[in-house]
Amino acid sequence: MSSLQLIKSNKQNFYYFLYLGLFLFSISILDVTLNAFLKINITAFLPNILSIFLPLIIGFIGLNFIRTEYSGIKSLDLINKNINTNNFNSILTLLIIFALIKATPPSLSWMIFDANISGDSKEACTGTGACWTYVKVWLRRFMYGMYPNDLHWRINLAFILVIALGFFGFFLRNNLKKYLALYYVIIYPIIAFLVIYYLISGGSFGLVWVETGAWGGLSLTFIVSFFCLIFCFPLGMVLALGRRSSLPMIRYISIGYIEFWRGVPLITVLFMSSVMFPMFLPEDFFMDKLVRVIIAITLFEGAYCAEVIRGGLQALPRGQYDAAKSLGMGYWKMHIFVILPQALKLVIPGICNTFLALVKDTPLIFVVGLAELAGMLALAKTNPKWLGFAMEGYVFAAIIFWIICYAMSKYSYNLEAKYKTER
Amino acid sequence: MNNKIKKILPQIITVLFVLGIFGFFTFNAQINMDNRGIDFGFGFLNQESSFDVQFSLIEYSGSHSYARAYLVGLLNTLLVSFISIIFCTILGVVIGVARLSSNFLIRNSAAWYVEFFRNIPLLLQIFFWYYAALRALPLPEKAEPWFGVTYMTIKGYYIPAFIWNNLDIFLYSILAVVISIILITTYAKKVQDNQGKQIPVFLISLGLIFIIPGLTFLIGGVTLDFGIPVLKKLSKTSYIYEGGIGLPPELIALVLALSLYTSTFVAECVRAGIQGISKGQKEAAASVGLTPNQILKLVVMPQALRIIIPPTTNQYLNLTKNSSLAAAIAYPDLVLVFAGTALMQTGKAIEIVSITMLTYLSISLAIAAIMNWYNKKIEIKEK
Repeated sequence: MSSLQLIKSNKQNFYYFLYLGLFLFSISILDVTLNAFLKINITAFLPNILSIFLPLIIGFIGLNFIRTEYSGIKSLDLINKNINTNNFNSILTLLIIFALIKATPPSLSWMIFDANISGDSKEACTGTGACWTYVKVWLRRFMYGMYPNDLHWRINLAFILVIALGFFGFFLRNNLKKYLALYYVIIYPIIAFLVIYYLISGGSFGLVWVETGAWGGLSLTFIVSFFCLIFCFPLGMVLALGRRSSLPMIRYISIGYIEFWRGVPLITVLFMSSVMFPMFLPEDFFMDKLVRVIIAITLFEGAYCAEVIRGGLQALPRGQYDAAKSLGMGYWKMHIFVILPQALKLVIPGICNTFLALVKDTPLIFVVGLAELAGMLALAKTNPKWLGFAMEGYVFAAIIFWIICYAMSKYSYNLEAKYKTER
Repeated sequence: MNNKIKKILPQIITVLFVLGIFGFFTFNAQINMDNRGIDFGFGFLNQESSFDVQFSLIEYSGSHSYARAYLVGLLNTLLVSFISIIFCTILGVVIGVARLSSNFLIRNSAAWYVEFFRNIPLLLQIFFWYYAALRALPLPEKAEPWFGVTYMTIKGYYIPAFIWNNLDIFLYSILAVVISIILITTYAKKVQDNQGKQIPVFLISLGLIFIIPGLTFLIGGVTLDFGIPVLKKLSKTSYIYEGGIGLPPELIALVLALSLYTSTFVAECVRAGIQGISKGQKEAAASVGLTPNQILKLVVMPQALRIIIPPTTNQYLNLTKNSSLAAAIAYPDLVLVFAGTALMQTGKAIEIVSITMLTYLSISLAIAAIMNWYNKKIEIKEK
């Protein structure tokens, strides 16, 4: 196909070919655009099959005419180099452009022009497009679940406090920086737990008790993934060290643990936490559903975390171990002061990816009856007053999750690039 | 002496700790089960299950045993994983290659495809396809045929059924073809090693694939009929297709979501594999006079596959594990049939959840073992 040669331009008639090619190319785009936006078919007089393929053929000939090795015109060379290197590429280029043009009007009219957002009942949705009223009315439920409306400030305040405490480490004085790891690994999780427990659960300091069954929506996604992350990190660290230990029993137990949790799907782990776990606890010991779920996900993600940290440990050159040992350091001293600080820096992007996977996995907790965002959507969908708006809900949730996950993955790419150059 | 204690003591403490946890759990489980009057045992597997499964590959009804229900669920899990693996591989390879295209538009569309489908939770995608997209399909009586004989309706996708006569002869002929192709390939390699002659193995194999199974239709008495789905009126408003195979919408939604989601990861593996081959390899191959096709087949692909296959297998494993999300849309897979319905009926939580987990675990470990063997086999042997 790439050897197919139409009449080619030479130096003398180069500009004729250039203008003719550009003209044909623009006609093909114009035809498709008119067809898509205004429903006008300017080639309707032709036989049906020809009328469909005509823009492709005209555009193909046009692109073929303007293709040259080097012309000296900057924008033309840019086009030729990027979208018009050979016949096959030019056809694919045209197909992608046409598909984009064709897809724009229906999606735009569904999402914006024919959509409704005013009003607060189903009757307000009269257009043929999306009914954003549905999302607007249910927004608080999607965000906070069944949490009482007038207490939402408690969730907001708790999140703001937790995030603020997270940034606390940046403002520490230099002579306190050596306690940073201690703060993040031990003190911060405890403070965060207390903040979330006393603010969101309530029950003391004059705050009304809200049971965990009422928690839900996107805030529950954050709570679950936040706790699982901070708890699974120390667990993963212990397991990673255990897997690289020279003591056989410890190594085998770590390997067995990691391979077991990595081999089973999360949904069965959640089933286990809801039906099997209560059997294993003493009779009069009651554990909240949410706590059981967080423990289950932590045990599960701990195994993945361990593998990521092990990668960091293995990436350190042997010389670091030898140097630490030659200074007379023991196992714990060597790991705490030499190995772990370097290895953990290496694995931050990997941990970020684990956290990303964790956030994407949290919707699964609906199998044990906790309704976070996807679970709330399923509830709202079956509400008799609001039947038939599943699409809007899922598009909304998809956009929210996409923004969160995309931002996180970009951040982890950046971190990866940053640490790559330093070593 | 001191050193020895230092080595043994931590191990003993760890083992005691683990044993202690297990002992504590077993002790509690014993008391709890005694109190609730449940006894531990796998005898229930032979009991009559008395529940029905809406979609099953093997014959199954309420009068079969729980063990049979387990098998139905396992087969459904394997079916959806198998179909999704095929689709996600095809899509993933295409997208992965497209991400390296010299064409700006193709490269960026592929990149956006990956970013789009990778960053939306899989469960949400399954819900989207099942509750939103597939619900917009027409009712059976209003469906337009696709390709003339298949019907995509809200109740599922109806395709023609294959009705074979003497299927076993046909299968034997295919087996014979496979064996003969292997023999020819080894022979051709031998000839090339000894005499330098090249035998057109590909053409011969292609001929064999078409001719020998074709012959069985002429002289072996093999016939193939198509059972074309036909619309049938059940009651005044309810219609159904009969005669073909109906793929339930749960299966379609699951396959769509799983293959679109996993294809993004496969695409990244493929891209990494191809990028991992240094440019010098291609240039060296070109300088010894290999054609572009030969470069791809003999130099680039063997090396790229070495990088691509291990992480891709990992993704297949993830896909199989993710197929357990089927329970969310009531596709009767292992989790829904066994850990859902069977558990509700028998109340044997410990046994059933352990069997389910062990099933997935053994699939994972088996594939991991095969992968390790394969990696050992293909790793670069340096002298």
